[in-house]
Amino acid sequence: MRSSVLLRRAIRGVRWYVRELTDESAYDRYVAHLRKTHRDAQVPSRREFERMRTDRQEEDPRQGFRCC
Amino acid sequence: MRTANVRSIVIWTLVALVGAAGWSVLALSRGENVSAAWMIAAALGSYAIAYRFYAKFIAHKVLKVDGTRATPAERLNNGIDFHPTDRRVLLGHHFAAIAGAGPLVGPVLAAQMGYLPGTVWIIAGVVFAGAVQDMVVLFFSTRRDGRSLGQMAREEIGPFGGAAALIAAFAIMIILLGVLALVIVNALAASPWGTFSIAMTIPIALLMGFYLRVLRPGRIAEVSLIGVALLLLALVAGRWVAESSWAGTFTLAPSTLVVWLVAYGFIASILPVWMLLAPRDYLSTFMKIGTIALLALGVVIALPTLKMDAVTDFASRGDGPVFAGSLFPFVFITIACGALSGFHSLISSGTTPKMIQKETQVRMIGYGSMLMESSVAIMALVAASIIDPGLYFAMNAPSGAIGTTVQNASQAVTGWGYHISPADLAQAAKNVEESTLLSRTGGAPTLAVGVSEIFSKVTGGSLRAFWYHFAIMFEALFILTALDAGTRVGRFMLQDILGNVIRPFRNVSWKPGLVITSAAVCALWGYFLWVGVHEPLGGINQLFPIFGISNQLLAAVALAVCTTLLVKSGRLKWAWITGIPLAWDATVTLTASYQKVFSSDPKVGFFKQRSVFQDAIDAGKVLPPAKSMDDMHTVVTNSTVDGVLSAVLAVLIVVVIADALRVCIRHIRRPALSSLSESPYVESRITAPAGLIPTREEKEEERRAVVGTAAPGD
Repeated sequence: MRSSVLLRRAIRGVRWYVRELTDESAYDRYVAHLRKTHRDAQVPSRREFERMRTDRQEEDPRQGFRCC
Repeated sequence: MRTANVRSIVIWTLVALVGAAGWSVLALSRGENVSAAWMIAAALGSYAIAYRFYAKFIAHKVLKVDGTRATPAERLNNGIDFHPTDRRVLLGHHFAAIAGAGPLVGPVLAAQMGYLPGTVWIIAGVVFAGAVQDMVVLFFSTRRDGRSLGQMAREEIGPFGGAAALIAAFAIMIILLGVLALVIVNALAASPWGTFSIAMTIPIALLMGFYLRVLRPGRIAEVSLIGVALLLLALVAGRWVAESSWAGTFTLAPSTLVVWLVAYGFIASILPVWMLLAPRDYLSTFMKIGTIALLALGVVIALPTLKMDAVTDFASRGDGPVFAGSLFPFVFITIACGALSGFHSLISSGTTPKMIQKETQVRMIGYGSMLMESSVAIMALVAASIIDPGLYFAMNAPSGAIGTTVQNASQAVTGWGYHISPADLAQAAKNVEESTLLSRTGGAPTLAVGVSEIFSKVTGGSLRAFWYHFAIMFEALFILTALDAGTRVGRFMLQDILGNVIRPFRNVSWKPGLVITSAAVCALWGYFLWVGVHEPLGGINQLFPIFGISNQLLAAVALAVCTTLLVKSGRLKWAWITGIPLAWDATVTLTASYQKVFSSDPKVGFFKQRSVFQDAIDAGKVLPPAKSMDDMHTVVTNSTVDGVLSAVLAVLIVVVIADALRVCIRHIRRPALSSLSESPYVESRITAPAGLIPTREEKEEERRAVVGTAAPGD
């Protein structure tokens, strides 16, 4: 019983970390942010949001640049 | 103020003893085989002490990080690029952004001087210079809403220093891309296995891009898993291709690879980000973190023995075949990433400060990530030092020095005091299923041999060739991504510069401008790549010192900005924290450029080299290693370009430092004249621990914060 709880917690932790590190959680975060700060703003669909994100990178390639 | 308890005194004494034991064994053993375990002990012991004491001292006494002050992530939170990010996630982000091919290549080349000089510089350099630079830049950029290094240089030093910083950043980008591409060419030339698996990364990335754009937007973790699985399949398939009738199609000469790489760089950088760049980036980040973790595990499990000398004769004589010049200053510019890397200041300003939750976390993110990168450099040094030194020199000397047959190479290596039989050289190539390992300069193949040695100790020798190509693929993957991303950043800088003169260029999405500037950037790094491949004296031998000088130049800019800011923000008595690393970095870089320009040794000094070859041309003679009059002219042209470039870089360093010094002196004399563009204080409303493991007080604070703010039913 105890170990299964620990295991489930570990899996949840890993899943959370992977989603955060890969920025897969970016959409959820943005929606949460929008709901909290601009209650009546239109929430974009995930597809629209992801497009907006790559367009931003397109405009300024220094976003997310990596080092040698 | 908390007094130290007995337990922590005991723990830190033990850590100090482990580090000291590592250093003693490394320092005292001569002529006997030393286990890599001692190198790791010295590194980890020193890192722990430095993080616990020096970094903490800088954070609290010098920078006076303020946990109650809201960071840009909190104040300007827009849910996209400004948002408070969990410190453990940000550590991963920042580390993945700063660590790339750099810490893997430099230490391998520097191993020609023996493992000891590299080890000392990597560890001492990171503790006192590299990690300090990263943390201090991160701190000051956080106080300035995540301003970039260039902006900070312009605002805090002046337009002159700012312009020099801008030109330096552009020059460095070009040289960096040229040298990285050269590393790839040397690893993939005449290797159908490697070339096929790297070529396959392009369709894999396109597929991933399509998946993310059309099929399932934003599902990055699952698409990365699919990508990695396909990548491993491509790696296995590479062997089948190499053994099939297709092998000829993928066996490419260096000059053919140059054309392909430049074409790839150009096309990739004008395609939309979602098609190639973004998916490649996910793939290489996944592979990077995975492989580095595997390598750390492999080194710790296998604990291989170092076969390289602690200090070789090349260190004092300065006539090494990998790169010319003596230990001082050339070890310190050859190893940049892992010890002190100017490039990191571009990540520590700009991206990371917009995501940091608390000022108190700059120690963990800035200093901590750099210590992690330094440990990657130590692993690369281990990998280069455990292979037979004879093989190491045969792999890293240009073909002008060792010839093109195993017999010649064996003789040349014997002449340097190391022994490897022609049969052993041939066998080493056969073990990794390559046609030859002679003159595979650039560091990547050597690292791959070392990595395959370590991994096959754990998994058995039958997988040796697989691990070799795995390591090549891993490096080539993120170098190709860097070519794409770097060309875009270079283009952006060029558009910015040209926009001041020709208006339409200012609009970064103006298509003709975009294509012209991309082509210009590709042509520039393509030129260095072409020169490197056709250089009779060896491309890496000639170009790597310039790359090192330019990277350390950027570090000088970053450290000059930091020192100026310390002085201007009333921390004059602590200015030595970045002032001493700046003085050291300037000494090293200026000495290296001075020698590269003025040395009377034709192996080191570019202009001496030029005149020796020019005199021979005038006399109608062909000097080895040149084989024809054409080669002779190539050497003369290249030496002139390289010499002028070294001189220009040195002048830029002097300009930036002199301008920074002027601002500092003016501030000390008349403080009223200087302005500090720091964002005003806003009180923070969030709580977050400073370090990886929360202290008892931080847990308590967090618990109280949750109770205080949670709305009922929330």
